[in-house]
Formats: sequence, C-alpha cells, structure tokens
Amino acid sequence: MIAVLDYDAGNLASVACAVRHLGHEPEITRDPEVVRAADRVIFPGVGAAGSSMATLEKLGLAEALRDVHSAGRPILGICIGCQVAFSRSEEDGGTDCLGLLEGEAVRFSFAEGVERKVPHMGWNEVRFGGPHAVLEGIPAGSQFYFVHSYHVVPAEPALVLGTASYGDIDFTAAVARDNLVAVQFHAEKSGPAGLKLLENFLGWSP
Amino acid sequence: MLSKRLIVCLDVRDGKVTKGVQFKGNVEVGEPVAMAEEYYRQGVDELVFYDITASAEGRPIDIEMVREVARRIFIPFSVGGGIRNLDDMRQVLLAGAEKVSVNSLAVREPGIISDGARAFGNQCIVLGMDALEVGASEEIPSGYEIVVKGGRERTGIDMLEWAKRAEELGAGEICLNSINADGTRDGYELTATRMVSRAVEIPVIASGGAGTSEHLARVLTEGEADAALIASMVHFLGFTIPGIKSDLAAEGIRVRLETGGGPAS
Repeated sequence: MIAVLDYDAGNLASVACAVRHLGHEPEITRDPEVVRAADRVIFPGVGAAGSSMATLEKLGLAEALRDVHSAGRPILGICIGCQVAFSRSEEDGGTDCLGLLEGEAVRFSFAEGVERKVPHMGWNEVRFGGPHAVLEGIPAGSQFYFVHSYHVVPAEPALVLGTASYGDIDFTAAVARDNLVAVQFHAEKSGPAGLKLLENFLGWSP
Repeated sequence: MLSKRLIVCLDVRDGKVTKGVQFKGNVEVGEPVAMAEEYYRQGVDELVFYDITASAEGRPIDIEMVREVARRIFIPFSVGGGIRNLDDMRQVLLAGAEKVSVNSLAVREPGIISDGARAFGNQCIVLGMDALEVGASEEIPSGYEIVVKGGRERTGIDMLEWAKRAEELGAGEICLNSINADGTRDGYELTATRMVSRAVEIPVIASGGAGTSEHLARVLTEGEADAALIASMVHFLGFTIPGIKSDLAAEGIRVRLETGGGPAS
C-alpha cells in the first residue's frame, strides 16, 4: 500500500492523480498506524515549515515517519516534505524538523542586483549527480516545476542527488540517502520527467 | 536557470473553450479537457482556465471539469473567473488546480487575497488585473487604470498602486492583462508590463495582444515579464507550443523544450 500523507499542508489531489495515472491506488491518510503499515510513503506538501511540523507532531505522523524511515521502507518527500525531512528550517523564526537528514532549510538570498524574485516559481533544469534508481530514464537537461522560498543545505555533500541554479546560487534540488529520496520540485506537476521519477519511486526497492 | 513560462489560456463558456476579441463576440473553439491534453502533449508550461460566464451569471465553477483536467495533465494549472469566496478557492484547489485567480472580486474585496494566501499559501493566489491606458494624472500616476467587467467599468485605482497592494496582501503572482492590447494580436503592452514587473518582487505574467513569437520574445525581455500568456495564437493562428518555444530559444530566451506527456510507459 502506498500512503500519501495528509497533514493539512496543501493540495494532495495532484499527487493522488499522478499516482493513479501510474496505475496505483494511493491511500491518502493522516492515521499514523496506516503510515506505519504502508509499503512506501509519499510525503508531499506546500506551505510553511512551522505549521507543517506542528501538524505532523500533533497527528503523530512525525513519529510514524521516523518509524517508516528506520524500518527501511521507501519514502519520497516533495517540496515542504523535502525541507522538513532535515534537522531544522530557518522558516517561522526557526523550526526543529524531522531530522531524518542532517542539514537546514534556508531562505533564498542573493547578491545585490542579481535576482529579487522569491518564491522561485517555474520550470528549472535539475543537474543530477549520480545514478539512482529513481532517476532511470529521465533525460539529462530535464526541467521540473518549482515553487519555494526556502531551499535545503545538506550537512554532507554526499546527500545531494540534484542541483539547480537560481540567481547567483546553486541550490540542492534533490537529496537521497538509503531508503529516503526528497525533491524540492513538484514531481507530480513536472510533466513526463516528473511522472517518470514518481513511477521509478513506486517501483523502487532500496 | 529558471525558464520563462509559456501559458495557454482557455476561456470556457457552457463547457466549451471560446476566445473573443476584447471580450466581445466570443466564438467557440473546442472541448476544454481535450484541448488541455493537446497543449500538455505539446509541452505547454502551465494552463489557465477562465470561466467567463460563471462570474456574469453567478453560476458556480464547473468543479468536475477541474477534476477531469487534474486527472489528465501533470503540469500546474489555475482556475479563475468564477471565484466568489474562500470556499470556492478551497473547492478548486482540492479538485487539483495549483492556483486560483481573482480579479474583480479582489477589487471589491481586497481581503480575499490575504485570506486566500493565509489559508492556502501565497503561491496559490494569482491576482489578475485588467489595465487600461488612460494617460498619467494625479489620481492615476502610472497612466494605467484598473478596470473590471472586461474593461467596461473603471475603478479609479492606479495599476502600480494595486500591484504593490496585492503583493503586500499576499498575492503570489500577478497576471497583467492589457485591455488596449487584448485580442488585437499586435503585441503585448510592454511599458505597463515592465512597470509592474519592476514594482513588485512576485512573478508577473503578461497577457493580451500576442500574435507572433516576436511579441512573446519582446515582452519576456523588454517587458521583463516572467511568463507570457497566449490564446488565439495556438487556438486559431496555427502556432504550436514547440514552434513558439524554439523561436524564443533562438532569441536566446531560456525555455523548457521538453514535450511528450502521453501515457507513462
């Protein structure tokens, strides 16, 4: 069973539609026991780190996610799901996050006169580093759809799976370690390349 | 680097896509869901569904159509034209739209922008604004006045003042439609677009007047727009999304060139 986490962090319809399009029926859930029983978990979301973490804690989903993570089952974090997988976010005056990965989410900040539009909204190329099961069949140079004002800074460079550029900054757009993959872009809204990544995740055995 | 976005607008009336000249004399074009799929296959970056009759007749938005689009295309799309309140926004977003667009409603009730942004996130709220060139005056320092009802009613609000206010209230994006240019196919209103783009830090979508790829190239460079909205060019004039994008790429404008979007293998 594929669990899609429902924790009041925006719209899950598009993730559910994409999973159904790929031939699977997702279980959209806020029940920690359903999450613990899932074969794999998609952890999507838009919104702010502070309210997302508060809801995850309140619903018992933060603990359930840590359990799924330590049990070695595949987890895919998307957008805010990617950011709160890290130890901490600068957002909302500093928010302690899930700590599945070491590092922090920080707000975009550019050199004077380079770029001033935040959020980073639209299609951008992700340069993927190494081979990974979730990247199979995705052409080099593929662009993905982003909407975010914060980006993650992993403590270890080895976590970085993909990088994108905005203003004068190269930022981490995808990370992976063991059974966890997290992407800053909306794979479910990124056309064929995004669907391919989701399809790969749904068939992935880490 | 971030690409410039090409957005196709589908004006829907009685379940069909229409596109008229300056909001008058609409003619039927086709089935909205089938057209959305076709543009998705061609590699459009985003779609806008504008339910033009919903607003005039007080009829609710066709949520089933929004759901059907969400089942078939996997790029962002927004819905506008018939949003009356926060609950309409919620329904449209839950049905799978990425964004909602408000225009005259926000002029009447600016609080809908902040309420929507708080409830669903800034990135969900697009402020559509129709601007009419009226010449600079004390009341309208920018020379462009906000109008509603397809340009039939002036509001006395200055375009730049409204753009900055909308940003403060939490709009995630501005879609600037030039009433003078809309439907003319003579090119976008470059001056107004550049003024708004420089006045705010949120993305600006240029709308109204596209007839050639050169028009898009100019508004994305000289006009400093982040995205360009088109309708007639692809509905009637025989342009294709890959054709327009390769014209833009040839001008050195960064675009997303991937197409596809058939059933996932």
